[in-house]
Amino acid sequence: MPEPLQSKTPRRGQERYVAPPDETPLQATDSLDETAPPASLWGDAWRQLRTRPLFLISSALILLVITVAVAPGLFTDQGPRDCDLANTMQGPRAGHPLGFTQLGCDIYARVIYGARPSVLVGVLATLGTVLIGGTVGALAGFFGGRLDSLLSRVADIFFAIPLILGAIVLMQVSEGRTSLTVAMVLTVFGWPQVARIMRGAVLEVRQAEFITASRALGSSSMSTMLRHAIPNALSPVIVIATVSLGIYIATEATLSFLGIGLHPSIVSWGGDISAAQNQLRVAPQVLLYPAAALSLTVLSFIMLGDAVRDALDPKGRKR
Amino acid sequence: MVWYVGRRLLQMVPVFFGATLLIYAMVFLLPGDPIRALFGERPPPPGVLEQIRAEYNLDKPFIVQYLLYVKGILTLDFGTAFTGRPVVELMANAFPVTIRLALIALAVEAVFGIGFGLIAGLRRGGFFDATVLIVSLIVIAIPIFVIGFVAQFVIGLKLELLPATVGQEESWRQLLLPGIVLGATSFAYVLRLTRNSVADNLSADHVRTATAKGLSRPRVVSVHVLRNSLIPVVTFLGTDLGALMAGAIVTEGIFNVNGVGGTLYQAVIRGQGTTVVSFVTVLVMVYLLASLLVDLLYAVLDPRIRYA
Repeated sequence: MPEPLQSKTPRRGQERYVAPPDETPLQATDSLDETAPPASLWGDAWRQLRTRPLFLISSALILLVITVAVAPGLFTDQGPRDCDLANTMQGPRAGHPLGFTQLGCDIYARVIYGARPSVLVGVLATLGTVLIGGTVGALAGFFGGRLDSLLSRVADIFFAIPLILGAIVLMQVSEGRTSLTVAMVLTVFGWPQVARIMRGAVLEVRQAEFITASRALGSSSMSTMLRHAIPNALSPVIVIATVSLGIYIATEATLSFLGIGLHPSIVSWGGDISAAQNQLRVAPQVLLYPAAALSLTVLSFIMLGDAVRDALDPKGRKR
Repeated sequence: MVWYVGRRLLQMVPVFFGATLLIYAMVFLLPGDPIRALFGERPPPPGVLEQIRAEYNLDKPFIVQYLLYVKGILTLDFGTAFTGRPVVELMANAFPVTIRLALIALAVEAVFGIGFGLIAGLRRGGFFDATVLIVSLIVIAIPIFVIGFVAQFVIGLKLELLPATVGQEESWRQLLLPGIVLGATSFAYVLRLTRNSVADNLSADHVRTATAKGLSRPRVVSVHVLRNSLIPVVTFLGTDLGALMAGAIVTEGIFNVNGVGGTLYQAVIRGQGTTVVSFVTVLVMVYLLASLLVDLLYAVLDPRIRYA
């Protein structure tokens, strides 16, 4: 009697036992909970994020910083400009937990009030770079061809000038040095980075079948891009935007430190660090407190970006 | 290969002109009169303004000014600073020390960043990995000027391990501390990049094959893991060179180095247009050439990449 064919050369997939249809009811093997919510990238990411200490710590810190920026009066009843030269560089005492600056200002109050301009610069610059860079990147990646070459070259031009250098030159010639001015200057030299990342993500998504399907259903290119390509390419942009927000805050402080960022009349961490540098040897705490506030804020945005990246990356999820 | 380099050089041309035009426009087209500013409060004698304008071509239409400037660059004539010194002379003073500073920073990034990153990546999830990841995050988050001050205060003044400021002689020993500070942030980025890249590559098929063939662990790690992992790291290091020279503005200010950053910053503050434009042009050139070099290094690191 000849042996059955498959026992000699079991092909891929054939070694599995398949129950005959009459033995097992279909629902039992193939049961699918149709009422369950569909697994989405964002849903999965959120479920993962909720349990991550990194995410919880960083978002709690960010919430705190934003609250301080919005309502500094909740945290101190001292004004940042209530300075008394009699208190110059004195140590901490009741009601003034961090001591005083050289001009006799309460360090704690200045650290609290310094949050708003920094956060404002970070948020505005991030909005600006995501809007401009996102639009340029999406158009370049989705339509490709000549438009892509043109937009990519323009982005290259701005990318070739280092952020801090371009910002210094532009700040020097701009009038009025408010948070908005600094944010605009950072946007001018920051958008190419977002554009590059958006372009890469859209290029990848463009090959997907749901894009072809949307086109086949008769949607215009524009609506395919807006409704299908961009939403699916957004995750790396969100990650870079979160990290950049921290970086922009640090850059603003660097510019203020160099004396060409925010106007000296605006209470800001960078300005206070700059003012404290001459007394570093006698009173390091005057420099260290605003520096710590600044670093902690930047750190929490970078940590948040990291946590979101891990959660969105399916490769990392197996760990 | 030659064709590839040629094509890349051609692609650099519009970027080069665009970037220099952008900087030129920012310096000379925006409000403010740099020549009048030279005289401060007192009005200059009649005729002098016109004479200086003519000397620096500022009386001609903007685009002609720009073209004359480009013509100067192409013949390596960077013009004269408003102080009367040729810009080339300023560059000859400023660049050597900043290049040395950047070299120290790059060496710190490459040696410690790749070294620690490799160890962390090989022992992913371990104690060393966790520590190094947290430390690198903190280093990235602290602005460079704070790192600079703290390093100067602790290492230079309290412990007196290294000179706290750089004097006239600009010895390597004096440049060591500012160089380390300059490279600190990028060191953390290199470390994280290497760590992630090594961790990814460890589970790659070719590494399993190499281990299965019976190659020793050091050989697998050095030849099969590290070489592949270095590609994103080299990209970062290459593009970082330009950023390092610009970032030197802060570091050089803190440690009192008379380099590119210091000269450039003074020139921006004092409205010395020609100096600013020339220095930025050179920095853009450094950035463009470094990124070309990076692309060529890819072929060395990854034999699958061929430039036909």
